[in-house]
Amino acid sequence: MKVIVDFDACMSNAQCVLAAPDVFEVREDGMLYVLQEEPPESARARVENAARLCPTQAITIEK
Amino acid sequence: MRSVVIAGASLAGFSAAQALRKRGFDGTITVVGEEAHLPYQRPPLSKQFLCGEWDRSRLGLRIADGLKLEWLLDARAAALDPQRREVVLADGRRLPFDGLVVATGARARRPGWWVELGGVFTLRTVDDAQALRAHLASGGRKVVIVGAGFIGSEAAASLRSLGHDVTLVDIDPVPMHRVLGEDLGRACLRLHESHGVHPLFGAAVDAIVGSTSVEGVRLRDGRVIEADCVIVGVGAVPNVEWLRGSGLVLDDGVVCDSTCAALGAERVVAAGDVASWTHPHYGQLRIEHWENAIAQGDAAAATLLAAPGAGRPYAPVPFFWSDQYGCKLQLVGSPRRGDAMRVVEGAMDERRFVAVFERDSQLTGVFLFNSVHRVAAYRQTVAAAWAGLTAGAEA
Ligand SMILES: Cc1cc2nc3c(=O)[nH]c(=O)nc-3n(C[C@H](O)[C@H](O)[C@H](O)COP(=O)(O)OP(=O)(O)OC[C@H]3O[C@@H](n4cnc5c(N)ncnc54)[C@H](O)[C@@H]3O)c2cc1C
Ligand code: SF4
Repeated sequence: MKVIVDFDACMSNAQCVLAAPDVFEVREDGMLYVLQEEPPESARARVENAARLCPTQAITIEK
Repeated sequence: MRSVVIAGASLAGFSAAQALRKRGFDGTITVVGEEAHLPYQRPPLSKQFLCGEWDRSRLGLRIADGLKLEWLLDARAAALDPQRREVVLADGRRLPFDGLVVATGARARRPGWWVELGGVFTLRTVDDAQALRAHLASGGRKVVIVGAGFIGSEAAASLRSLGHDVTLVDIDPVPMHRVLGEDLGRACLRLHESHGVHPLFGAAVDAIVGSTSVEGVRLRDGRVIEADCVIVGVGAVPNVEWLRGSGLVLDDGVVCDSTCAALGAERVVAAGDVASWTHPHYGQLRIEHWENAIAQGDAAAATLLAAPGAGRPYAPVPFFWSDQYGCKLQLVGSPRRGDAMRVVEGAMDERRFVAVFERDSQLTGVFLFNSVHRVAAYRQTVAAAWAGLTAGAEA
Protein backbone atom coordinates (compact mmCIF):
# COMPACT_ATOMS: atom_id res chain seq x y z
CA MET A 1 0.00 0.00 0.00
CA LYS A 2 1.29 3.44 -0.94
CA VAL A 3 0.09 6.68 0.66
CA ILE A 4 0.07 9.81 -1.49
CA VAL A 5 -0.75 13.25 -0.14
CA ASP A 6 -1.60 16.20 -2.34
CA PHE A 7 0.25 18.83 -0.35
CA ASP A 8 -1.34 21.65 -2.33
CA ALA A 9 -4.74 20.58 -1.05
CA CYS A 10 -3.63 19.75 2.50
CA MET A 11 -4.68 22.34 5.10
CA SER A 12 -2.78 20.77 7.98
CA ASN A 13 -5.74 20.29 10.24
CA ALA A 14 -4.54 16.88 11.47
CA GLN A 15 -7.72 14.89 10.91
CA CYS A 16 -5.48 12.19 9.42
CA VAL A 17 -3.14 12.33 12.41
CA LEU A 18 -6.05 11.65 14.72
CA ALA A 19 -6.99 8.62 12.62
CA ALA A 20 -3.53 7.15 11.95
CA PRO A 21 -0.82 8.70 14.14
CA ASP A 22 1.69 6.03 13.11
CA VAL A 23 1.47 7.19 9.49
CA PHE A 24 0.79 10.94 9.65
CA GLU A 25 2.26 13.67 11.80
CA VAL A 26 1.85 17.44 11.91
CA ARG A 27 5.01 19.00 13.35
CA GLU A 28 5.71 22.24 15.12
CA ASP A 29 6.21 24.01 11.80
CA GLY A 30 2.52 23.31 11.15
CA MET A 31 3.28 21.05 8.18
CA LEU A 32 2.09 17.53 7.57
CA TYR A 33 4.69 14.76 7.32
CA VAL A 34 4.02 11.26 6.09
CA LEU A 35 5.95 8.99 8.46
CA GLN A 36 5.49 5.85 6.40
CA GLU A 37 4.84 6.20 2.69
CA GLU A 38 4.38 2.47 2.39
CA PRO A 39 2.77 1.45 5.67
CA PRO A 40 2.21 -2.21 6.48
CA GLU A 41 -1.08 -3.91 5.63
CA SER A 42 -1.92 -3.86 9.33
CA ALA A 43 -2.34 -0.08 9.08
CA ARG A 44 -4.77 -0.26 6.16
CA ALA A 45 -7.99 0.32 8.10
CA ARG A 46 -6.51 3.34 9.88
CA VAL A 47 -5.08 4.83 6.68
CA GLU A 48 -8.36 4.32 4.81
CA ASN A 49 -10.13 6.04 7.65
CA ALA A 50 -7.64 8.93 7.48
CA ALA A 51 -8.27 9.31 3.75
CA ARG A 52 -12.00 9.34 4.33
CA LEU A 53 -11.76 11.86 7.16
CA CYS A 54 -9.45 14.21 5.28
CA PRO A 55 -11.66 17.26 4.67
CA THR A 56 -9.87 18.24 1.48
CA GLN A 57 -9.64 14.68 0.11
CA ALA A 58 -5.88 15.17 -0.10
CA ILE A 59 -4.97 11.56 0.69
CA THR A 60 -5.01 8.77 -1.87
CA ILE A 61 -4.06 5.16 -1.33
CA GLU A 62 -2.56 3.12 -4.15
CA LYS A 63 -3.09 -0.64 -4.18
CA MET B 1 -32.68 -6.71 6.27
CA ARG B 2 -32.81 -6.35 2.48
CA SER B 3 -33.23 -2.66 1.84
CA VAL B 4 -31.97 0.52 3.45
CA VAL B 5 -33.12 4.03 2.66
CA ILE B 6 -30.81 6.89 3.59
CA ALA B 7 -32.49 10.28 3.80
CA GLY B 8 -29.93 13.03 3.16
CA ALA B 9 -27.23 12.69 0.49
CA SER B 10 -24.40 14.49 2.21
CA LEU B 11 -21.55 13.66 4.55
CA ALA B 12 -23.31 11.59 7.21
CA GLY B 13 -25.60 9.78 4.77
CA PHE B 14 -22.74 8.88 2.45
CA SER B 15 -20.59 7.77 5.37
CA ALA B 16 -23.39 5.47 6.55
CA ALA B 17 -23.69 4.04 3.04
CA GLN B 18 -19.95 3.34 2.89
CA ALA B 19 -20.03 1.75 6.33
CA LEU B 20 -23.00 -0.49 5.47
CA ARG B 21 -21.11 -1.87 2.47
CA LYS B 22 -17.89 -2.18 4.41
CA ARG B 23 -19.71 -4.24 7.00
CA GLY B 24 -20.97 -6.58 4.32
CA PHE B 25 -24.53 -5.35 3.74
CA ASP B 26 -25.36 -6.31 0.14
CA GLY B 27 -29.04 -5.35 -0.09
CA THR B 28 -30.25 -2.21 -1.83
CA ILE B 29 -29.20 1.20 -0.55
CA THR B 30 -31.20 4.16 -1.80
CA VAL B 31 -29.86 7.61 -0.94
CA VAL B 32 -32.39 10.44 -1.20
CA GLY B 33 -31.07 14.00 -1.37
CA GLU B 34 -32.89 17.28 -1.69
CA GLU B 35 -29.93 18.99 -3.32
CA ALA B 36 -29.27 18.20 -6.96
CA HIS B 37 -25.64 17.34 -6.17
CA LEU B 38 -23.74 14.25 -5.15
CA PRO B 39 -22.12 14.65 -1.70
CA TYR B 40 -19.57 17.44 -1.47
CA GLN B 41 -17.40 19.19 1.09
CA ARG B 42 -19.06 22.07 2.90
CA PRO B 43 -16.03 23.31 4.88
CA PRO B 44 -14.36 24.98 1.84
CA LEU B 45 -17.57 26.94 1.10
CA SER B 46 -16.55 29.57 3.64
CA LYS B 47 -12.82 29.12 2.97
CA GLN B 48 -11.05 28.11 -0.29
CA PHE B 49 -14.20 28.16 -2.41
CA LEU B 50 -15.35 31.57 -1.19
CA CYS B 51 -11.86 32.99 -1.74
CA GLY B 52 -11.96 31.74 -5.29
CA GLU B 53 -8.92 29.50 -4.74
CA TRP B 54 -10.93 26.39 -5.47
CA ASP B 55 -13.57 25.83 -8.05
CA ARG B 56 -16.61 23.68 -7.78
CA SER B 57 -15.02 20.60 -9.33
CA ARG B 58 -12.78 20.22 -6.26
CA LEU B 59 -15.63 19.97 -3.79
CA GLY B 60 -17.02 16.52 -4.60
CA LEU B 61 -16.40 13.64 -2.20
CA ARG B 62 -14.65 10.63 -3.68
CA ILE B 63 -17.18 7.89 -4.33
CA ALA B 64 -15.54 4.50 -4.79
CA ASP B 65 -16.67 2.26 -7.62
CA GLY B 66 -18.63 -0.77 -6.65
CA LEU B 67 -20.62 0.72 -3.78
CA LYS B 68 -23.83 0.10 -5.75
CA LEU B 69 -25.75 3.01 -4.33
CA GLU B 70 -28.96 4.22 -5.85
CA TRP B 71 -28.97 8.01 -5.77
CA LEU B 72 -32.26 9.87 -5.86
CA LEU B 73 -31.14 13.47 -6.08
CA ASP B 74 -33.20 16.62 -6.31
CA ALA B 75 -35.78 14.59 -4.37
CA ARG B 76 -37.12 15.59 -0.97
CA ALA B 77 -38.34 13.17 1.67
CA ALA B 78 -41.66 14.66 2.76
CA ALA B 79 -42.87 12.11 5.31
CA LEU B 80 -42.16 8.86 7.09
CA ASP B 81 -44.97 6.32 7.23
CA PRO B 82 -44.09 4.23 10.28
CA GLN B 83 -46.78 1.54 9.78
CA ARG B 84 -45.92 0.72 6.20
CA ARG B 85 -42.25 1.52 6.78
CA GLU B 86 -42.02 3.82 3.80
CA VAL B 87 -40.40 7.14 3.10
CA VAL B 88 -42.79 9.30 1.11
CA LEU B 89 -41.18 11.73 -1.31
CA ALA B 90 -42.50 15.20 -2.09
CA ASP B 91 -43.50 14.02 -5.58
CA GLY B 92 -45.58 11.19 -4.09
CA ARG B 93 -43.17 8.31 -4.72
CA ARG B 94 -42.97 5.85 -1.82
CA LEU B 95 -39.76 4.07 -0.84
CA PRO B 96 -40.28 0.97 1.31
CA PHE B 97 -37.40 0.12 3.63
CA ASP B 98 -36.29 -2.45 6.18
CA GLY B 99 -33.83 0.00 7.71
CA LEU B 100 -33.74 3.81 7.61
CA VAL B 101 -30.85 6.21 8.20
CA VAL B 102 -31.96 9.77 8.91
CA ALA B 103 -29.16 12.09 7.78
CA THR B 104 -31.02 15.20 6.70
CA GLY B 105 -28.52 17.51 8.39
CA ALA B 106 -29.28 21.10 9.18
CA ARG B 107 -30.03 24.30 7.30
CA ALA B 108 -29.00 27.88 7.88
CA ARG B 109 -31.25 29.51 10.43
CA ARG B 110 -33.30 32.41 9.09
CA PRO B 111 -34.07 34.87 11.87
CA GLY B 112 -37.44 36.61 12.15
CA TRP B 113 -36.16 39.68 10.27
CA TRP B 114 -34.92 37.65 7.30
CA VAL B 115 -36.17 38.80 3.90
CA GLU B 116 -35.62 37.33 0.47
CA LEU B 117 -33.79 40.19 -1.27
CA GLY B 118 -31.00 40.59 -3.80
CA GLY B 119 -27.64 40.69 -2.03
CA VAL B 120 -28.80 38.81 1.10
CA PHE B 121 -27.23 35.39 1.62
CA THR B 122 -26.85 32.44 3.92
CA LEU B 123 -23.92 30.05 3.55
CA ARG B 124 -24.83 26.39 3.81
CA THR B 125 -24.93 24.86 0.34
CA VAL B 126 -22.72 25.07 -2.72
CA ASP B 127 -25.55 26.91 -4.45
CA ASP B 128 -25.53 29.51 -1.65
CA ALA B 129 -21.78 29.89 -1.97
CA GLN B 130 -21.89 30.09 -5.75
CA ALA B 131 -24.53 32.81 -5.66
CA LEU B 132 -22.52 34.74 -3.07
CA ARG B 133 -19.37 34.44 -5.14
CA ALA B 134 -21.16 35.72 -8.22
CA HIS B 135 -22.48 38.69 -6.29
CA LEU B 136 -18.99 39.53 -5.00
CA ALA B 137 -17.31 39.06 -8.37
CA SER B 138 -17.58 42.72 -9.33
CA GLY B 139 -15.29 43.47 -6.35
CA GLY B 140 -15.23 46.26 -3.79
CA ARG B 141 -18.41 45.32 -1.97
CA LYS B 142 -19.49 46.73 1.34
CA VAL B 143 -20.38 43.59 3.24
CA VAL B 144 -22.15 43.15 6.56
CA ILE B 145 -21.83 39.71 8.12
CA VAL B 146 -24.42 39.05 10.78
CA GLY B 147 -23.25 36.40 13.25
CA ALA B 148 -19.64 35.83 14.32
CA GLY B 149 -19.78 32.10 14.88
CA PHE B 150 -17.33 29.97 12.98
CA ILE B 151 -18.97 30.35 9.57
CA GLY B 152 -19.41 34.12 9.88
CA SER B 153 -15.84 34.47 11.14
CA GLU B 154 -14.42 32.40 8.30
CA ALA B 155 -16.46 34.32 5.76
CA ALA B 156 -15.07 37.58 7.20
CA ALA B 157 -11.52 36.28 6.79
CA SER B 158 -12.13 35.10 3.23
CA LEU B 159 -13.78 38.35 2.16
CA ARG B 160 -11.00 40.46 3.67
CA SER B 161 -8.48 38.46 1.67
CA LEU B 162 -10.44 39.50 -1.43
CA GLY B 163 -10.32 43.15 -0.34
CA HIS B 164 -13.99 43.66 0.45
CA ASP B 165 -15.03 46.05 3.20
CA VAL B 166 -16.34 43.87 6.04
CA THR B 167 -18.40 44.72 9.10
CA LEU B 168 -18.93 41.81 11.49
CA VAL B 169 -22.00 42.20 13.68
CA ASP B 170 -23.02 40.03 16.61
CA ILE B 171 -25.29 40.37 19.60
CA ASP B 172 -22.63 38.72 21.79
CA PRO B 173 -19.65 40.71 23.13
CA VAL B 174 -16.98 38.82 21.15
CA PRO B 175 -16.78 36.34 18.23
CA MET B 176 -17.37 32.61 18.86
CA HIS B 177 -18.60 33.61 22.32
CA ARG B 178 -20.98 30.70 22.85
CA VAL B 179 -18.29 28.12 22.17
CA LEU B 180 -15.11 29.78 23.41
CA GLY B 181 -16.24 32.25 26.06
CA GLU B 182 -15.13 35.83 26.62
CA ASP B 183 -11.33 35.67 26.82
CA LEU B 184 -10.68 33.41 23.84
CA GLY B 185 -13.38 35.24 21.91
CA ARG B 186 -11.46 38.47 22.53
CA ALA B 187 -8.36 36.91 20.99
CA CYS B 188 -10.48 36.13 17.92
CA LEU B 189 -11.79 39.70 17.92
CA ARG B 190 -8.22 41.07 17.82
CA LEU B 191 -7.51 38.80 14.89
CA HIS B 192 -10.43 40.29 12.92
CA GLU B 193 -9.43 43.83 13.88
CA SER B 194 -5.84 43.36 12.83
CA HIS B 195 -7.14 42.36 9.39
CA GLY B 196 -9.23 45.47 9.01
CA VAL B 197 -12.69 44.12 9.87
CA HIS B 198 -15.07 46.66 11.42
CA PRO B 199 -16.34 44.92 14.55
CA LEU B 200 -19.81 45.68 15.86
CA PHE B 201 -20.41 43.53 18.92
CA GLY B 202 -23.21 43.60 21.45
CA ALA B 203 -25.37 44.88 18.59
CA ALA B 204 -28.71 43.32 17.63
CA VAL B 205 -29.86 43.45 14.01
CA ASP B 206 -33.62 43.81 13.69
CA ALA B 207 -34.20 44.43 10.00
CA ILE B 208 -32.75 44.23 6.56
CA VAL B 209 -33.13 47.50 4.67
CA GLY B 210 -33.66 47.76 0.92
CA SER B 211 -36.37 47.66 -1.72
CA THR B 212 -35.09 45.98 -4.89
CA SER B 213 -31.74 44.96 -3.49
CA VAL B 214 -30.18 45.19 -0.07
CA GLU B 215 -29.10 48.62 1.19
CA GLY B 216 -28.09 47.75 4.72
CA VAL B 217 -29.12 46.34 8.07
CA ARG B 218 -30.92 48.20 10.83
CA LEU B 219 -29.88 47.71 14.43
CA ARG B 220 -32.29 47.64 17.33
CA ASP B 221 -31.04 51.08 18.43
CA GLY B 222 -32.16 52.48 15.07
CA ARG B 223 -28.73 52.82 13.45
CA VAL B 224 -28.49 51.63 9.86
CA ILE B 225 -25.28 50.01 8.63
CA GLU B 226 -25.00 50.42 4.87
CA ALA B 227 -24.22 47.37 2.81
CA ASP B 228 -24.59 46.02 -0.70
CA CYS B 229 -24.10 42.48 0.52
CA VAL B 230 -25.38 40.88 3.74
CA ILE B 231 -24.42 37.40 4.90
CA VAL B 232 -26.53 35.96 7.69
CA GLY B 233 -24.70 33.30 9.71
CA VAL B 234 -26.73 32.90 12.85
CA GLY B 235 -26.64 29.18 13.39
CA ALA B 236 -28.26 26.08 11.93
CA VAL B 237 -31.60 24.31 12.44
CA PRO B 238 -31.86 20.51 12.17
CA ASN B 239 -34.03 19.33 9.24
CA VAL B 240 -36.66 17.29 11.09
CA GLU B 241 -39.93 18.80 9.87
CA TRP B 242 -40.52 15.92 7.46
CA LEU B 243 -40.59 13.51 10.42
CA ARG B 244 -43.38 15.22 12.33
CA GLY B 245 -46.17 12.78 13.18
CA SER B 246 -43.99 9.76 12.35
CA GLY B 247 -43.62 8.64 15.95
CA LEU B 248 -39.95 9.57 16.09
CA VAL B 249 -39.03 11.73 19.06
CA LEU B 250 -37.99 15.20 17.88
CA ASP B 251 -36.35 17.74 20.15
CA ASP B 252 -33.63 19.88 18.62
CA GLY B 253 -32.96 17.01 16.20
CA VAL B 254 -33.91 13.36 16.00
CA VAL B 255 -33.57 12.01 19.53
CA CYS B 256 -31.54 8.81 19.71
CA ASP B 257 -30.22 6.51 22.41
CA SER B 258 -26.49 6.08 22.98
CA THR B 259 -26.17 3.78 19.93
CA CYS B 260 -27.73 6.31 17.49
CA ALA B 261 -30.98 4.30 17.31
CA ALA B 262 -33.88 6.74 16.97
CA LEU B 263 -36.43 6.64 19.77
CA GLY B 264 -39.95 5.80 18.71
CA ALA B 265 -39.27 3.37 15.85
CA GLU B 266 -37.54 0.08 15.10
CA ARG B 267 -34.50 -0.08 12.83
CA VAL B 268 -34.29 3.65 12.32
CA VAL B 269 -30.99 5.36 13.10
CA ALA B 270 -29.75 8.95 12.74
CA ALA B 271 -26.35 10.53 12.14
CA GLY B 272 -24.68 13.88 11.59
CA ASP B 273 -25.99 17.39 12.18
CA VAL B 274 -29.59 16.15 12.55
CA ALA B 275 -28.90 13.58 15.29
CA SER B 276 -29.22 14.31 18.99
CA TRP B 277 -27.96 11.25 20.82
CA THR B 278 -27.10 10.31 24.38
CA HIS B 279 -23.34 10.57 24.59
CA PRO B 280 -22.22 8.26 27.40
CA HIS B 281 -20.08 11.03 28.86
CA TYR B 282 -21.72 14.33 27.88
CA GLY B 283 -25.39 13.37 27.88
CA GLN B 284 -27.73 14.56 25.11
CA LEU B 285 -25.59 16.09 22.38
CA ARG B 286 -25.97 17.25 18.78
CA ILE B 287 -22.75 18.04 16.94
CA GLU B 288 -22.53 20.13 13.76
CA HIS B 289 -19.05 19.21 12.58
CA TRP B 290 -17.28 17.34 9.84
CA GLU B 291 -15.62 14.52 11.74
CA ASN B 292 -18.75 13.69 13.68
CA ALA B 293 -20.85 13.39 10.52
CA ILE B 294 -18.47 10.71 9.23
CA ALA B 295 -17.88 8.86 12.50
CA GLN B 296 -21.54 8.92 13.48
CA GLY B 297 -22.49 7.67 10.01
CA ASP B 298 -20.28 4.64 10.75
CA ALA B 299 -21.76 4.15 14.20
CA ALA B 300 -25.34 4.43 12.98
CA ALA B 301 -24.69 1.90 10.19
CA ALA B 302 -23.24 -0.54 12.72
CA THR B 303 -26.29 -0.16 14.94
CA LEU B 304 -28.64 -0.68 12.02
CA LEU B 305 -26.93 -3.98 11.17
CA ALA B 306 -26.77 -5.21 14.78
CA ALA B 307 -29.61 -7.12 16.40
CA PRO B 308 -32.16 -4.74 17.97
CA GLY B 309 -30.78 -3.49 21.27
CA ALA B 310 -27.30 -4.88 20.55
CA GLY B 311 -25.74 -1.70 19.13
CA ARG B 312 -22.65 -0.24 20.73
CA PRO B 313 -22.63 3.22 22.37
CA TYR B 314 -21.15 5.99 20.23
CA ALA B 315 -18.75 7.93 22.47
CA PRO B 316 -16.41 10.17 20.46
CA VAL B 317 -14.22 12.95 21.82
CA PRO B 318 -15.73 15.82 19.82
CA PHE B 319 -13.36 17.72 17.53
CA PHE B 320 -13.60 20.57 15.10
CA TRP B 321 -11.32 22.99 13.36
CA SER B 322 -11.76 26.39 11.81
CA ASP B 323 -9.35 28.29 9.55
CA GLN B 324 -9.30 32.07 9.80
CA TYR B 325 -6.68 34.44 8.34
CA GLY B 326 -4.26 31.57 7.95
CA CYS B 327 -4.64 30.67 11.64
CA LYS B 328 -5.67 27.19 12.77
CA LEU B 329 -8.30 27.06 15.50
CA GLN B 330 -9.16 23.66 16.94
CA LEU B 331 -11.41 22.55 19.74
CA VAL B 332 -11.32 19.14 21.38
CA GLY B 333 -13.97 17.98 23.85
CA SER B 334 -17.16 19.81 24.69
CA PRO B 335 -16.66 22.68 27.10
CA ARG B 336 -19.79 24.32 28.42
CA ARG B 337 -20.59 27.91 29.22
CA GLY B 338 -19.03 28.92 32.51
CA ASP B 339 -16.19 26.37 32.48
CA ALA B 340 -12.92 27.88 33.76
CA MET B 341 -10.32 28.52 31.03
CA ARG B 342 -6.57 28.90 31.35
CA VAL B 343 -3.68 29.04 28.90
CA VAL B 344 -1.28 26.13 29.45
CA GLU B 345 1.12 26.49 26.51
CA GLY B 346 2.34 29.54 24.59
CA ALA B 347 0.66 32.91 24.91
CA MET B 348 -2.43 34.52 23.39
CA ASP B 349 -0.45 37.57 22.19
CA GLU B 350 1.93 35.32 20.30
CA ARG B 351 -1.02 33.83 18.42
CA ARG B 352 0.21 30.37 19.29
CA PHE B 353 -1.23 28.81 22.41
CA VAL B 354 -3.20 26.01 24.01
CA ALA B 355 -5.96 26.65 26.55
CA VAL B 356 -7.79 24.11 28.68
CA PHE B 357 -11.36 24.29 29.97
CA GLU B 358 -12.20 22.81 33.36
CA ARG B 359 -15.27 22.31 35.47
CA ASP B 360 -14.94 21.25 39.08
CA SER B 361 -11.23 20.78 38.29
CA GLN B 362 -12.11 18.16 35.62
CA LEU B 363 -10.87 18.74 32.09
CA THR B 364 -13.82 19.39 29.72
CA GLY B 365 -12.08 20.64 26.58
CA VAL B 366 -8.94 21.99 24.96
CA PHE B 367 -8.67 24.89 22.53
CA LEU B 368 -5.61 25.02 20.27
CA PHE B 369 -4.56 28.11 18.37
CA ASN B 370 -1.86 27.52 15.72
CA SER B 371 -0.83 24.44 17.68
CA VAL B 372 -1.94 21.66 15.37
CA HIS B 373 1.08 19.54 16.33
CA ARG B 374 -0.42 19.17 19.82
CA VAL B 375 -3.96 18.15 18.89
CA ALA B 376 -3.49 14.38 18.89
CA ALA B 377 -1.89 14.41 22.33
CA TYR B 378 -4.62 16.62 23.77
CA ARG B 379 -7.38 14.48 22.34
CA GLN B 380 -5.88 11.58 24.27
CA THR B 381 -5.70 13.73 27.38
CA VAL B 382 -9.40 14.55 27.12
CA ALA B 383 -10.29 10.88 26.59
CA ALA B 384 -8.08 9.86 29.51
CA ALA B 385 -9.77 12.45 31.72
CA TRP B 386 -13.14 10.72 31.16
CA ALA B 387 -11.66 7.30 31.72
CA GLY B 388 -10.37 8.60 35.04
CA LEU B 389 -13.83 9.96 35.83
CA THR B 390 -15.53 6.66 35.07
CA ALA B 391 -12.99 4.72 37.08
CA GLY B 392 -13.48 7.19 39.94
CA ALA B 393 -17.25 6.77 39.79
CA GLU B 394 -16.96 3.00 39.93
CA ALA B 395 -14.45 2.95 42.78
C1 LIG C 1 -19.86 26.83 5.26
C2 LIG C 1 -19.58 25.68 6.18
C3 LIG C 1 -18.29 25.51 6.69
C4 LIG C 1 -18.01 24.44 7.55
N1 LIG C 1 -16.75 24.31 8.05
C5 LIG C 1 -16.47 23.32 8.93
C6 LIG C 1 -15.18 23.21 9.50
O1 LIG C 1 -14.26 23.99 9.21
N2 LIG C 1 -14.95 22.20 10.39
C7 LIG C 1 -15.92 21.31 10.74
O2 LIG C 1 -15.66 20.43 11.56
N3 LIG C 1 -17.17 21.40 10.21
C8 LIG C 1 -17.46 22.39 9.32
N4 LIG C 1 -18.73 22.49 8.79
C9 LIG C 1 -19.78 21.54 9.23
C10 LIG C 1 -19.91 20.28 8.37
O3 LIG C 1 -19.86 20.58 7.02
C11 LIG C 1 -21.25 19.62 8.73
O4 LIG C 1 -21.18 19.21 10.06
C12 LIG C 1 -21.58 18.44 7.84
O5 LIG C 1 -21.81 18.87 6.52
C13 LIG C 1 -22.79 17.69 8.36
O6 LIG C 1 -23.11 16.66 7.50
P1 LIG C 1 -24.59 16.02 7.47
O7 LIG C 1 -24.53 15.01 6.38
O8 LIG C 1 -24.99 15.62 8.82
O9 LIG C 1 -25.57 17.21 7.10
P2 LIG C 1 -25.62 18.16 5.82
O10 LIG C 1 -24.26 18.33 5.25
O11 LIG C 1 -26.39 19.35 6.26
O12 LIG C 1 -26.47 17.34 4.75
C14 LIG C 1 -27.82 17.05 4.87
C15 LIG C 1 -28.36 16.85 3.47
O13 LIG C 1 -29.70 16.39 3.57
C16 LIG C 1 -30.49 17.07 2.64
N5 LIG C 1 -31.88 17.09 3.10
C17 LIG C 1 -32.43 17.86 4.08
N6 LIG C 1 -33.74 17.57 4.24
C18 LIG C 1 -34.02 16.60 3.34
C19 LIG C 1 -35.19 15.86 3.03
N7 LIG C 1 -36.34 16.08 3.67
N8 LIG C 1 -35.12 14.94 2.04
C20 LIG C 1 -33.95 14.71 1.38
N9 LIG C 1 -32.82 15.36 1.65
C21 LIG C 1 -32.85 16.29 2.62
C22 LIG C 1 -29.89 18.44 2.54
O14 LIG C 1 -30.24 19.06 1.31
C23 LIG C 1 -28.40 18.12 2.65
O15 LIG C 1 -27.82 17.91 1.39
C24 LIG C 1 -19.04 23.53 7.91
C25 LIG C 1 -20.33 23.72 7.40
C26 LIG C 1 -20.61 24.77 6.53
C27 LIG C 1 -22.00 24.94 6.00
S1 SF4 D 1 -6.48 15.34 7.08
FE1 SF4 D 1 -6.00 15.98 4.98
S2 SF4 D 1 -5.90 18.22 5.09
FE2 SF4 D 1 -5.78 17.46 7.19
S3 SF4 D 1 -3.59 17.30 7.63
FE3 SF4 D 1 -4.27 15.30 6.88
S4 SF4 D 1 -3.91 15.36 4.67
FE4 SF4 D 1 -3.80 17.46 5.39
